[in-house]
Amino acid sequence: MPVGLGFVVAALAAAIPATAAEAGDAARGQVVYERCEACHSPDLDRIGPHHRGIVGRVAGSVKGFDYSPALRKAGFVWTEALLDRWLTDPQKLVPGNKMGFRLGDPAMRADVIAYLKTLN
Amino acid sequence: MTENTMTRVPARRSLLSGGGKAILSASAIALLGGHELLAAKLAHAADPKKDVQILNTARGLELEGINVYQIAAESGLVTPDTLKVAVYFQSQHRDHAETLAETIRKLGGRPVDPKSKDEYAKVVTAAAPKNEADVLRLASKLEKGAANAYLGTIQSLTDPALSLICARIAADEVMHFTALTLTLKEALPPRSMSFGA
Repeated sequence: MPVGLGFVVAALAAAIPATAAEAGDAARGQVVYERCEACHSPDLDRIGPHHRGIVGRVAGSVKGFDYSPALRKAGFVWTEALLDRWLTDPQKLVPGNKMGFRLGDPAMRADVIAYLKTLN
Repeated sequence: MTENTMTRVPARRSLLSGGGKAILSASAIALLGGHELLAAKLAHAADPKKDVQILNTARGLELEGINVYQIAAESGLVTPDTLKVAVYFQSQHRDHAETLAETIRKLGGRPVDPKSKDEYAKVVTAAAPKNEADVLRLASKLEKGAANAYLGTIQSLTDPALSLICARIAADEVMHFTALTLTLKEALPPRSMSFGA
């Protein structure tokens, strides 16, 4: 490949977000978040723990929330990539946790993760 | 109004309590519930422990729904006609919660207990309803979320009989959402397949 063209391809690749989560739209994600609100809220611990501050939080670490032993012992920090895997299939990422809800659409996952980031 | 004064629909408990003490598969539960054809078709290996966890989360959602309707009913913000509808929807959530509890027990699990009323009151307080429309909007939002929660859960259950139960409950939640939205004179989702993903 000519050097010039290679540079252009590299520059384009750099401009494309590395993960689906980075490409999400927070405004659309706020609408998608309605799907989460059966169990979650930004600031209330309900059926699931509150979401404010989730990106960067240690999994299973909200004080006073009754997590499954599986999630309490998960031992990872929530990143966009892990949230994407979690929403794809939470039972696959952390077998035995309490959440069965899957969000199958990658674009919706990206959008809702973008929204979750705004809650930090 | 108290829970004692509320109209109750017949619970499915009677359909599900006919077995002995042994732990039954979901297929057997379906059989007890009268779904003989469904039961005959289901012979998939299931992971009851995993299913119990997920169904208990669903039961938690139903318990919240029952209590939020109760708090809303006692708020003094809803008219008698709306109250009748709220009581009817609450009775269906109670039925869902009881069905899930019986299913969890049959699978060898322990159904989650309700939280304190104060915990549920936080959900209503956070929405700060000032009038009937606000109450209906909160209920509509929770019903829509519940429908989506059940639809999003179907794939995670290891026994298709349980997925069917969740699909049927999701249909009830959609019915509640639709009725509440129309009562509010608000628009229904403009596109098909707007639930789930």
